[in-house]
Amino acid sequence: MKADKTGVLTGSHILSGNEACAEGALAAGCRFLGLYPIVPSIEVSKRFLERAPQVGATFIQMEDEISALAAVIGASWTGKKSMTVTSGPGLSLMMEHLGLGVMLETPCVIVDIQMVGPGLGLPDHPAYGDMMQARWGSHGDYEIIALAPSSPQEMFDFTIKAFNFSERYRIPVAVMSDAYVAQLKETVVIPPADRINIEPRRYFQGPTDSYLPFKRDEDLVPRMVDIGQGYRFHVTGLTHDDRGYPIMFEECQEYNVHPLVRKIRCYVDKIVDTQETYIDDAEVVVISYGVAARAAGEAVAQARNTGLKAGSLKLNTVWPFPEKRVIELAKQVKAFIVPEMNFGQVVLEVERCSNGKANIFFLHHGDNGIEYPDGIIAAIKQASQTNELLSSTIELK
Amino acid sequence: MAVERINRKEIHPMENLLRMERMPHIWCPTCGIGIAVTAFTAALEKAKLDPNMVSIVSGIGCTGRVAGYVKLDSFHTTHGRPIAFATGIKVANPKMKVVVFSGDGDLMAIGGNHFIHAARRNIDMLVVCVNNFIYAMTGGQVAPTTPLAAYATTSPYGCVEPPFNIPYIADSSGAVYVARYTALHVRRLTNALTEALQKKGFSVVEVISPCGMYYSRINRLGDGLEMMKFYHDNVEIRNGEDTKNLDIGFQTKIICGKFVDRERPTYMERYNQWLSEVKPTGKNPDVSRGAQSEG
Repeated sequence: MKADKTGVLTGSHILSGNEACAEGALAAGCRFLGLYPIVPSIEVSKRFLERAPQVGATFIQMEDEISALAAVIGASWTGKKSMTVTSGPGLSLMMEHLGLGVMLETPCVIVDIQMVGPGLGLPDHPAYGDMMQARWGSHGDYEIIALAPSSPQEMFDFTIKAFNFSERYRIPVAVMSDAYVAQLKETVVIPPADRINIEPRRYFQGPTDSYLPFKRDEDLVPRMVDIGQGYRFHVTGLTHDDRGYPIMFEECQEYNVHPLVRKIRCYVDKIVDTQETYIDDAEVVVISYGVAARAAGEAVAQARNTGLKAGSLKLNTVWPFPEKRVIELAKQVKAFIVPEMNFGQVVLEVERCSNGKANIFFLHHGDNGIEYPDGIIAAIKQASQTNELLSSTIELK
Repeated sequence: MAVERINRKEIHPMENLLRMERMPHIWCPTCGIGIAVTAFTAALEKAKLDPNMVSIVSGIGCTGRVAGYVKLDSFHTTHGRPIAFATGIKVANPKMKVVVFSGDGDLMAIGGNHFIHAARRNIDMLVVCVNNFIYAMTGGQVAPTTPLAAYATTSPYGCVEPPFNIPYIADSSGAVYVARYTALHVRRLTNALTEALQKKGFSVVEVISPCGMYYSRINRLGDGLEMMKFYHDNVEIRNGEDTKNLDIGFQTKIICGKFVDRERPTYMERYNQWLSEVKPTGKNPDVSRGAQSEG
């Protein structure tokens, strides 16, 4: 069994989430990894490094997570699809260059295998406490794309998706997994290379003296060139004009920063990816993502067996949040159940979108370590029996 | 001949290497950064490098603006991280020559860790560190290079921290080429930069620069010309001097010259050597373990 030249390990394998993530990256064409070791994400790097010589990928272990993402952004400008892998504390250090990546509009992928935080937290134990950090952690205004896989197969699929989004929209994309999914071993089916959809980098084709690194055409996403092609371009992390030269007055906010937000907001419908089950006649909808979606899926199936009108909305992309769909559902359902492996992050978005029209029951991380279907089933029962509109979110354990 | 000269459009001699549309630059009168840039562009020509294959990366600060004025593939990045950014470029595309052009605060304080590790790895890059002994862009704060007892806005009673000796750090961390000149020594500086550009491995050129707006004003050292006179009278050229002896005190003698010029395998040389040993086997036990179920 050997991978083909494109790096795709076609076949059916038993892989951990971390290994599947590395395979997804290689299949997507990732050829540069900047890393700094941290548990529980290091197996992604380990797998990538083992496979690197076979596919001509390069890597470097940097001196910290700050430099790891800095190197990734630099590498991406050479035309190589690039990524870094980290966990909680490492993501905190990467916030500086997440912002730079957004400002330089550099495609790259950040894989965050989340662990219990804050501070040093509890390495190797799953949590989803970094969801809001991925969205808001760097200073200034920006939009981000974040995916939340719930199985090794999705680790493979979503990592490819992350690269595709990053190339399409010229933006760093986060894959927000956790210690559980990362270490879970399941069957991962890897299709042949020609069956995998890969978004190529969108290059500027024109004379070398006419390239403007931030010139937006009607689709709002500027084209790229590689270092060393003779364009001799300039880019800056300061607010800038089309040429990449600094513009240091208030208008830049509208001219430079607003498009960074708009280029994602205008394409929300194309980016948002959700999975709906039993939702048409549902009275209670469980909104879940990541590892909690496994328990949610099971809970909804069991609830249906007992005659409860439960449905499931699984968020494959958490950012941008599927607000349009949740606003719609809020008008039609009695309640949302939000099981999260934290003490309330994405539930805030559900509250915002449901805007008092549906009850919200929040199941937090608690002392279970991981969400189980039982708690969610109990919540579905309670939500079905609650007929009045409650004034605030009910927190269950 | 005379007529010809009058009719000729005046062209800056470095026009093809500078972004003339961005002139005038932001540097104050009496600043030495412009001189360092002139020396660098001259060195780029002398070293006969293809400008399309040279990339320049800067951090934040006065010198951090250099990348924006040089007509190469150029990046103005975060504070202290240009070496890390440039490392990514070099490793992902080893054909590029990468240059980091930044200041003492950027490279030695917030970026100190990246500096020593890039030197240790011997990443093939030229680091030009313009040292004006102070954080100038933020208004004259104490820097890791501010001499003992010198004043700065955050050392109003005199600097109490001993400064870094940049060539010594570079040398002991593994740099293969280390030189120091002042903004007065344009010819020597240009030669050093030319050599450093042609050198394979982590090369460091420190450029001592006057800062008329902050360092010499706060310390009442006179204007740029006074500083140049000071360099003229107090610089001693000592090529090959032990880098241990290169501390700079407040208005003391400054030793300049080329201190280190040696050979060490670069990161990419070692990387490729390792790769050539590993690649022929074509398989990897861990990968085949992962693929067991396929049968």
